[in-house]
Amino acid sequence: MGQPVRRAEDVRLVTGQAVYTDDFNLDGQAFGCFLRSPHAHAKILSLDTTAAKGAPGVIGVFTGKDIDAAGDVNDMPCNANIKDLQGNPMYHPPRRPLESERVRFVGDLIAIVVAETHVQARDAVELIEIEYEELPSVVDTAKSIEPDAAQIWPEANGNLCVHFENKDGAEIDAIIQSAPNVAKVDLINNRLIAAPMEPRVAIGDYDSDTGTMILYAPSQGANRMHSTIIQVFPLEPEKIHVISKDTGGGFGVRSKAYAELIILMWTARQMKQPVKWQGDRFESMVSDNHSRDNVTHAELPMDENGRALGLKIETIASVGAYLSEMGPGIPTHNGRRITGTVYKLPEVYQSVHVAFSNTTPTDSYRGAGRPEAAFIMESLMEEAAKVMGMDPIEIRNLNFIPEEDFPYTNSQNLPIDSGKFTETMNMAMERADWDGIDARRAESKKHGKLRGIGLGYFMESSGGRPDEFGRVRMEADGSATILVGTFSHGQGHGTAFRQILHDATGLPFEQMNFIDGGDTAIVPQGRGTGGSRSSQMGGVSILRAAKKVIIKGKVIAAHLLQTGENKVEFASGVYTATDSGASISLSEVAMAAHDSAKLPDGMDQGLDENEHYQREADYNYPNGAHIAEVEIDPETGVIKVDRYSAVDDSGVIINPMLFHGQVHGAIAQGLGQALYEHTVYDDDTGQFLSGSFMDYCMPRASMIPDLNVGSNEVRCTTNDLGVKGAGEGGCCGAPPAVMNAVLDALKDLGVTDLAMPLTPMRVWQAIQAAK
Amino acid sequence: MTTVSMTVNGKEVSGDVEDRTLLVQFIREHLTLTGTHVGCDTSQCGACTIHVNGVSVKSCTMLAVQADGADIKTIESVAKADGTLHPMQAAFQENHGLQCGYCTPGMVMSALDIVRRIPDVDADQVRHELEGNLCRCTGYENIVKSIVAGAKAMQAEG
Repeated sequence: MGQPVRRAEDVRLVTGQAVYTDDFNLDGQAFGCFLRSPHAHAKILSLDTTAAKGAPGVIGVFTGKDIDAAGDVNDMPCNANIKDLQGNPMYHPPRRPLESERVRFVGDLIAIVVAETHVQARDAVELIEIEYEELPSVVDTAKSIEPDAAQIWPEANGNLCVHFENKDGAEIDAIIQSAPNVAKVDLINNRLIAAPMEPRVAIGDYDSDTGTMILYAPSQGANRMHSTIIQVFPLEPEKIHVISKDTGGGFGVRSKAYAELIILMWTARQMKQPVKWQGDRFESMVSDNHSRDNVTHAELPMDENGRALGLKIETIASVGAYLSEMGPGIPTHNGRRITGTVYKLPEVYQSVHVAFSNTTPTDSYRGAGRPEAAFIMESLMEEAAKVMGMDPIEIRNLNFIPEEDFPYTNSQNLPIDSGKFTETMNMAMERADWDGIDARRAESKKHGKLRGIGLGYFMESSGGRPDEFGRVRMEADGSATILVGTFSHGQGHGTAFRQILHDATGLPFEQMNFIDGGDTAIVPQGRGTGGSRSSQMGGVSILRAAKKVIIKGKVIAAHLLQTGENKVEFASGVYTATDSGASISLSEVAMAAHDSAKLPDGMDQGLDENEHYQREADYNYPNGAHIAEVEIDPETGVIKVDRYSAVDDSGVIINPMLFHGQVHGAIAQGLGQALYEHTVYDDDTGQFLSGSFMDYCMPRASMIPDLNVGSNEVRCTTNDLGVKGAGEGGCCGAPPAVMNAVLDALKDLGVTDLAMPLTPMRVWQAIQAAK
Repeated sequence: MTTVSMTVNGKEVSGDVEDRTLLVQFIREHLTLTGTHVGCDTSQCGACTIHVNGVSVKSCTMLAVQADGADIKTIESVAKADGTLHPMQAAFQENHGLQCGYCTPGMVMSALDIVRRIPDVDADQVRHELEGNLCRCTGYENIVKSIVAGAKAMQAEG
């Protein structure tokens, strides 16, 4: 551990030998193509599939009526059950895999055409005759809860899914009333599309012999996918088989059992043959869950010294037209639990109006609620510094939870184990040469450019589900097989977890095999990967299973070394008898374990230990200081991120190379949110305008600067490895760092109000408006 | 349907295709060379990058029929027959220039073309040259490092 071990798994990937789900086909496979709504909101008046059914190569066309008539498919689930302060449940609208009466967002699913080739299926979709009655729609989040907005669900008055409050607001209002100083901000956290590079693809299949429904699809854990699918097809667990091969990125949107996957499985069962869907990028843009999309007003009351007396947050969060698996939980639970992030806040009130609109449902995307929380706090801190006439670093130091307060229970009752915020921030400032900004600012000014520097300090809560599965199976040839319920889809767990096992057992890498949660027939247990949980959950599970192996191995070693168990010591892969000095390796013990002649009487063959790990801590708390320095051309509004520095506290680092890779990727996504990415719907028609990479601006290499990242390893006190999550910090720290840098650059021009993405147009317009 | 013939990775191949069949589809589906990937539908992402007559091309922007008679190289031709990685591929592994791997074949093929044109390419040039290749996992930091290192290794090899 702690070494930048290179990834053996790379060889397959750099040579084109990886197997993504579109890279293979099953015998007798047909192809499916979907009919999707072109309208934001419409009644389906009539639907005639006759012509499509008769098209060349078409072997089946199915609509919502067919699925509903079959009666064997439940509604799409939502597993985040959010209540209001009075205990009233949220409104959970019914969502069928295929809609037959009404469509509620551009891209909503209506039918599937199955044909012998993909092209035939595609062509036939256009032959479906469908008549719509267009209805008024609403796509703007703030407008969606206004009284005159188009209503989407009759039972959800004012398009309100739920009005969440953490407590009553009277106390914070009183504090704000009497506070000597109050900082206020109005923020938009823009809607993002995760856009992993592998588009959506899946094969549904059916095994008639066993009655097993089968799904091949990229995911963030076949086990996690299975746990959602079984809510829709309520079968015995072994009658649903999910297989995920190489997966081209996840970022939170790939862990969900989307309606398309359900429909493919159902269709394969109807037709008794495999059905493959090759989604194109447009389908990914319109039907992968979107994310973020919050409108927030926040207030920070302070005493005469700038110390915060409390926090008030009022957010309208768009959940889209339907509830996806975790959608309403993102702003009310995922983000809310870390509200206040790294600051000491005596009283916190948070209100979230979770609102429907005629848009793609939102759900988790890298950070899932925590980037929003960081953006609020870091924007407030900057505003607070202005209100108080204080330095932004000074006001943060004043309000940070001090080191001596840990473990610290935050305002949402979460015990935070550790953090050294001032130290981490100072390390980042040094890395960024924070103190040299004035000279660089003057230099930029000589060339007619405006330079600014900004800090974003984030804290997020990582861990996801608190249970996980690990197993270390020693083979007859002395090698070890790691089995774990997390699922690597780019993170390099095969390397990181081998490092953990190597340190625990002394076994060399070449003597290890790695199987993770990509096939429910092989590793049915576990919760997959997401929420930056894999090292703290999968890693710890493996470590504990390895320790059990060593303990059991000691019994066998003692027997083989002909001495008492208490006279055997294990170190670096070898058991040594302290009396005779004789030794035997773990590998040799493993080989012996497969030969009953070599084992003590009555001992079963094998050396194979499971760990069903349940963590005690709620979460752990990666945190870090991100500093962006920008140079703006006031003539064009173009922003150049001239330097970007960060120091992250992710606890103990298993592999610094993999860790930095995660940080880079998260920062790039955060820069994408801050500067480039914007999911656009037309206000009048509800039409989706971000359907391709021509419309939705993905960061390119030339748009991301060199990333100067370091770490401050503050050991996590709540797991065996001391690790904290690593994958999601960058997209929490980058947006506020950039926003604060841009506002710093433009402050002399009187620009105070800007919203992400900070496009040249927006910056230029703000400059003009301030003149 | 039209019959197309071309040389792919040194081998003569031919097949019958609809006129609208893209070259990337011909490579992936007819030839089952699945190392070349489809990542978008508007030619932005570059996951489909191959070499046509020695020059990098996005195979989603060509019809199979346009490639008739061409000399095509895909990612599968880059490593040695015995599996030894090309120095550029080795550089990607050494510098952690990939995570999920989906954009990687396109990155490698683009990288080889960049080095062909700019043998001593530097990081800034690489960033500019990669405008046609998207990655969502790495933030590009290590891809740029890998390509600069790979270029140096290729120059050293001569």
